[in-house]
Parts: sequence; C-alpha cells; structure tokens
Amino acid sequence: MGRYIVKRLISAIPVLFGITLIVFLIMAMIPGDPATAILGSYATPENVAKLNRDLGLDAPLWQRYFIWLGNMLTGDFGQSFALNRPVLDEVLERFQATLILAGTAFVLCSVFGIIAGVISAANQYGFADKAITFVVLLGISIPSFFLGMMMILWFSVNLRWFPVSGMWPIYGDRDLGALLSHLTLPAIALAVVATGVVARLSRSAMLEVLRQDYIRTARAKGVHERGVIWRHALRAAMVSIIPVLGIQAGFVLSGAVYIEIVFQWPGVGRMLVDAILTRDILLVQGGVVFVAACYVLFNIAVDVAQSLLDPRIKT
Amino acid sequence: MMAFLTLLARNRLALAGLLVMTIVVVLALITPLLPLADPDVTDTGNRFVPPLSPGAWLGTDHLGRDLLSRLLWGTRLSLAVGFAAAVAAATIGAAIGMIAGFYGGRVDNVIMRAVDMLMAFPYILLALAIVAALGPGLINALIAVAAVNVPFFARNIRGITVGIANKEFVDAARLSGLSNARIILTEVLPNVVPVIVIAMSTTIGWMILETAGLSFLGLGSQPPQADLGSMLGEARSALITNPHTSVVPGLMILVIVMAINLLGDGVRDALDPRLKSGALSRPMAATRVDRRGAVPAAQDAGAVLDITGLQTQFHIKDRVYRAVGGVSLSVKPGECLGIIGESGSGKSVTALSIMGLVASPPGVITGGAARLHGDDLIGMPYRQLRELRGRAVSYIFQDPQATLHPLYTVGDQLIEAIRAHRPISVRAGRARAVELLKAVRIPNAASRIGNYPHEMSGGMRQRVGIAMALANEPEIIIADEPTTALDVTVQAQILALLDDLRRSRGLAIVFITHDFGVVGQLCDRVAVMYAGKIVEAGPTRAVLDAPMHPYTARLIDCVPELGGGKRRLEAIPGLPPVVDKLPHGCAFADRCDRVQGLCRAGTVALEHTGNRAVRCHFPVNERQAAE
Repeated sequence: MGRYIVKRLISAIPVLFGITLIVFLIMAMIPGDPATAILGSYATPENVAKLNRDLGLDAPLWQRYFIWLGNMLTGDFGQSFALNRPVLDEVLERFQATLILAGTAFVLCSVFGIIAGVISAANQYGFADKAITFVVLLGISIPSFFLGMMMILWFSVNLRWFPVSGMWPIYGDRDLGALLSHLTLPAIALAVVATGVVARLSRSAMLEVLRQDYIRTARAKGVHERGVIWRHALRAAMVSIIPVLGIQAGFVLSGAVYIEIVFQWPGVGRMLVDAILTRDILLVQGGVVFVAACYVLFNIAVDVAQSLLDPRIKT
Repeated sequence: MMAFLTLLARNRLALAGLLVMTIVVVLALITPLLPLADPDVTDTGNRFVPPLSPGAWLGTDHLGRDLLSRLLWGTRLSLAVGFAAAVAAATIGAAIGMIAGFYGGRVDNVIMRAVDMLMAFPYILLALAIVAALGPGLINALIAVAAVNVPFFARNIRGITVGIANKEFVDAARLSGLSNARIILTEVLPNVVPVIVIAMSTTIGWMILETAGLSFLGLGSQPPQADLGSMLGEARSALITNPHTSVVPGLMILVIVMAINLLGDGVRDALDPRLKSGALSRPMAATRVDRRGAVPAAQDAGAVLDITGLQTQFHIKDRVYRAVGGVSLSVKPGECLGIIGESGSGKSVTALSIMGLVASPPGVITGGAARLHGDDLIGMPYRQLRELRGRAVSYIFQDPQATLHPLYTVGDQLIEAIRAHRPISVRAGRARAVELLKAVRIPNAASRIGNYPHEMSGGMRQRVGIAMALANEPEIIIADEPTTALDVTVQAQILALLDDLRRSRGLAIVFITHDFGVVGQLCDRVAVMYAGKIVEAGPTRAVLDAPMHPYTARLIDCVPELGGGKRRLEAIPGLPPVVDKLPHGCAFADRCDRVQGLCRAGTVALEHTGNRAVRCHFPVNERQAAE
C-alpha cells in the first residue's frame, strides 16, 4: 500500500508541472503588460520599463516560467501588489476558510447523497423513490448562488436562525458554536447540487448491483433485506460511487466561489474574484496553482481509498 | 428516429421539459417584437416598484428599469451565450478528439495528456484564470466557459473515433487514396455527429449555468447590458429590502435549467436499451406471488419438499412468458432428485421459485404450492421465508465467480451465512467457518478463510459455495448446475463431495443439470423438463435404460459414451418453443419424429404408470419400461 501511494504521488508530478504551465500560459495571454496595469495608464514609459525590469518581465517567456516555477518550489509565490503581502501567506490563510466550507459541504453531499440514492434504489418506483427523484431534480437545477440568496432571505432575515453572512461574529468569541452557526447555511447551499448528483449516481449504481448474482446468493443465505441493501449492495456500489465523489470534490471547490461571494465567506474563491477585478495577477496565478494542486492530491487520496475498498485493484 | 420521438413523448416529464423549453426559446426569439419597455432606460423616480404594478408586471429594479423587459432580454442573452458556448466547445472539442483518435500514436498521446491536465483543474478555476487574463466581459466569459468544456468533448469524441478509425470502411477509404483530412470529414465526422449532439444537449444546461455564474460574479456581461446572472448579481445588494428583483431572474434560471435537465433525462432514457427491456428493475426481496384459483393439496405426505402445480411467469411489458407451467415434484429425506432439461426449459426458475428467489419484477409466481414439511412456502410472509432461507433450504449456484460477493473474504461470507440464523459471536463463527471449509476438503482452511473469491480457483470457489450452503445444516440443498462452469476433473470431485455429504448427513438434494452423465452418477430419481413442464419422471436407472418420452430418448442419444465406438451424435433439430407462444398441444411436437395429429390436438397429460410418468401419447420403449 505504501508503495502504491508513492507511485501515485510520483505520477502526479508531471500533472502538477502541467498545471503550472497551463496557468502561466493563460496569464501570458494578457494584453499589454502588468507594469502598465500596476502603475496605471498615466505612468511614464521609463517607469514602466523600470518596473518591468524589476519584476523580471523583460526576460523571454520560457525564462520567466522557470524563474516563477523555481521561486514557487522554494515557497515564494511572489508578492500581491494590491494587498502588499506575500501571495502564499494570503492564499494559505484564505484556503483554510475555503477548506472548512468546502470540506463540510463535501461530507454533507457524500453522506446524504449516498443515503438518498440507496433509499431511492431500494424502493424503486415507490413513493420514497419518486419523492427523492423529484427533490434531486430540483436540487441539481437550482443555481447555488440563487439558493444561497434565498436561504439568507428566509432563514437569516425572516426566521433569524442564522447570521446573514461572514465566517465569524464581528463581536464576540470565535468558538466552535459561532463557526457552526455561520457555516450551516453556506455549507448546505454549496452541498445541494453535489448531493443531487451523488444521489442520482448512487441510485443507478445500486440498481446495477442489485441485479447481480451475489445479491441473490446473499438472499438465498437468509441475510436480512437491510443487510442485503446496506452491506452487500452498497459495498459493491461504492466501487463506482467513489470516483464520482472525487469529481464532486472538484465541483464543490468550484461552487465555493459563488457561495463565498453570496455569504461573504473569507475564502480563496472570493479572493480570486477580487484579485481578477483588481488585476492582481500574481495572486490569481498563485491561488489557482495552489488550489489545483490540492485538488490533484485529493484525487490521489480518492484513488487510494478506492484501492482499499476493492481488493481486486492491484496496488 | 420516429421510434425515438414516440419514446420521448411517452415520458411525460421529458415532454413537460420540452414544452417549457420551447416556450422559453420562442419568447427569447420574439423579444424584440414584443411591446416591452426599453430594458436599459433608467427611471430613478420609480425604483423598486413591486411586482403586479400597472405598467410593470414584474416591478422595477434598483435603477427603475422594467424587470419584465430585462428578464426577457436577459433570458435571450443567457440562452444565446450558453448555446454559443456549447457549440464552440463541441466544435473545438470534437475536432481535437477526432484528430487524436484518428491519428493515434504520439499525436494522440500528446493531445490526451494535455486534455488530462486541463481536466485536473476544478473547472471554475480554469475559467477564472482565463477571465483574469482576458479581462471581464461577456465574450470573454463565453470563451472561458467554452474552453473549460473542450476537454470533455475531446475525450468523448476521441473514444468514439478510435472505434471508427479501425472499421473496414475507413480502411477502404484509405486504400482508395483519400487524404486523411478527407477521410475525417467524409467518413468519421458523419458517424460522430449524433454523439456530439447528445453530448451537447446534456451539457448546454451547465453552460448556461456557468456563464450565468460568471456574470453573477461580475466577470461576465457588463452594465447596462445584463444576462440573467448579472441581473441576479446586481440585485444581490437589495436582496433583503427588495427580494423580488433577485427572485425574478433566479427563478428564470431555475426553470430553464430544470427544463433542460428533464429533457436531457428523457433523451438519455429513450436511448438506453436497458430501460426498454425493463432490465434496470431492482429485484425485490422475494418473488411476487399472485396466485389465481385454489392452492392445490399436497401429493406426497412423506416428502421433505413437495411441489404441486407450480406456475411461474415473467411479465415483461405486455408479454407473458410461462417459464414454469404447472410443475409437480417431491423429494424425500436423504433422496437426490435430478431435474434435467435444455437451457430455457424452466428448471432453474422452478428451483428458484421454491424460496422466492426468482428476480421480481419481472417474475411472478401465479399458481401452485411448494410445501416444506407441509408448510406452503409460496406466499409465506417474507419474515418467515427469510428464516427458512439458508437454514432449512439452501442453494448452490452455477458460477461461483459471480455468485460470491467479490469484495468480502470467503471467511466473512461464511460467517455471515452462519450468523444470519444463529446468534453466535464472530469468533465462534470463524471457528465454524474453518470447520466448514475443512468439511468441503479445502486445504489450509484456516488461512484460506482470509482469501477473496478472485484469489481462488473455480473449483475452490465452488467448494466455498457448498460450504456456505451447508453452514446451517439444512434439510435440502438445491444445486442449480453447480458443476457446469467447472472443468471435468474438478466436476467429478465436486460431485463426489456432494454425494458424500448427502450420505453422511442425510441431506435431500435437488440437482439441476443439463447433463445426463451427472444425473446417472448422483441422482436416485430424475425429472425431465421441456418448455416449462415435466415430460418424463422416474428412477434414474429406469429412465436412462428405457426412456419413454421421445425427447428424453433424443437427449440421452446426445450423450457421448466412452468406448462406445463410432456413433453419430444425434443433435435434436430445431429449438425449444419460446414460452410466450406455447403451442396448443405437445410443446415438443415440432421437433419430434413420432408426431401425429393427436399430439397437436390438445394438452397432453402426464400419465403415471408405477413409479414412472410420461407426458406423451406415443411413448417409446413402452414394453421395456413396463417390465
């Protein structure tokens, strides 16, 4: 198992390089030069040239890539000019907030999605199945940012159950209770679409498995129907559900951008949107590379989980 | 195409989606012709007019602009951008995919590596990076959304193209000297277009949502122009004071995406052949029982298992397949009964019906009884039936590769079988499982218990299957072709093992097979099935020596004999009848060389003489059998 993890990690290295290259090339498409963007259109050509030299922007493209890459490998993601602090510090701080939000949403969508899918499949064409199918359809069709806004309107403004926005109270303690009350609405709003997708796939994976011969064997043994569904069928269905969970992690991470805007959550997504609007290129580059790299590593964890679950996979 | 449309029409939800989508698209198309206020004219004196006001049905926004007009113009823009993004992504993605799939080799490798890299990003990060580079704006958002979806199309279309590139008609085009570009355009493209269209229809909803999302973030359409996303984004600051400005565009997005999803589901279902055949139904915990008429009385009081007039059918759409058409059998303690017949003769369905294991839907037991010590198993409440399954009656199935759970060790599966009926600890269960594996002569039982099924040979797996059937010392084992998937030497070992177990434990065995050689080795009595009915029954030796039904006789002739010299193996011409169109008279009549008019006149009854029974007007070997 240890060797398998090392092998997967090594195979991720070219992907990580690819990610930096893609991000760098996209950023190189920027019309005009960043120095003008930083100094404004009234800057003198001399000042622009000087800043370009200082930023190392007068070097050829490929040299700039390797300098940027080398710096990143030593932990230097550059300096955010709008915030005037190291990019990495800002990204790490913001990523924590995103991780709390997206992580909670991921757990919610996995647990409730799978449970809904299993119940739906076990009662195929029954009332529970139809009800779940309808709710799921609604869930995957509603834009998360609209849902978030409606939740604020109803649960925060009308019912006053939860704070309207933010991650922490402006006054008062930053304890777990305060975090949970701020986290509940955004985490649910973020999880809804992914839950729907997981529920649909779990349902069809379960229906596929329930027709297998080994399910009939379990029934012939006299195993209780509950055991047949949750122990036999779900275990086998998990083999096709887990990769879907990996994909959903990416969707949750993506959707976090909208939710962070709607709920004023101080995460990396909101940081990126602000950075784009202020043209803080190094912050965008650093943030995208960092989050994408985390996602690649997460997908390796998914593969490892998959191999633990399925003894037929050669590790 | 027509069939596809009727299927789609049969799906009411998909039809609703289509209807809603049509209305939305038509409205978007005729928006410029409608008598609407100018969507961009501000009127700060009339800010936040509530909906249903005169002159502004949906009210006005924070700048006093008419919301209905903005909604329709916004919908028009959102649909156009979503559609354009889908077309762009599909075109570029398909081109890349076709090139990669057609040329293969290094080209394919490089392209697909790049595609994999792009897919390694959470999609919105990539879109954000592109917008960051190009600057905010609707066209840039469109480019970003299209670019992010290119890898999806490239990968799908590549897969299809690889399949087409190796087809004969492509080789023919190559040989006739066409250029690669010509071949891609004239031979490959027409074959992938349907796939492109389907992939587009399933992703267009996403694209509309994604561009709306970017606009919502302020990175898409810029004021005063507004699509649905930026309408929602602008309304956000007035969410609490004037929610209607948010609800109007938000609901519109919801309606559009939901309609597209309904339609997409309908298209997918209509194209999935498994849904048509009902193959995606989940089998219930026990076969459905719908007995019409009276339950017949038991025939043999001394039997462990007594089946009387059993009828099992498969109801698929409007068709009824009579898989078992009134079968009566009985087994005494310690006896081995063979049921023999071709595939499709109903022998397995008979066996599975006993404990309600026929997949249902589509299976339904429509008549008869199966009594275990006088208690009818058919229609027994599930709770009681489950307690008898594996404890009083257990099964051994044909292919142990498919019938053992692939993800649990054989030990766990054995322990589960024991613990399903006895409240013992896992530790005690483990000890018992080792005993069972020893009883079926698996070497190193204590270490084999930790093996997964895929780590064992076919013969070993079947021994595990037998051990599992023995776990709770049942009175009857129903073995459904247990040796068919095994090679001959292993088959002999398994048969010897079953015979031993029967003698040492006094087990009754119902042995289902299509092989007379196996029946001869193991069974005391045999019943021959054809088209869902028993056509002959009797002591094994007697039936083998002097078969009475022409079908049995032909079946025995099919068995090659060792040292039997040169003899033509007689195959039976024709096929068994399909059980949804059974003939009026004898089901074997069309394949029988002794057939006469009487055979087709009406139902032939099973006639009993002594310990033999035959369903034939003109049996063979009649005199021999009587002696």
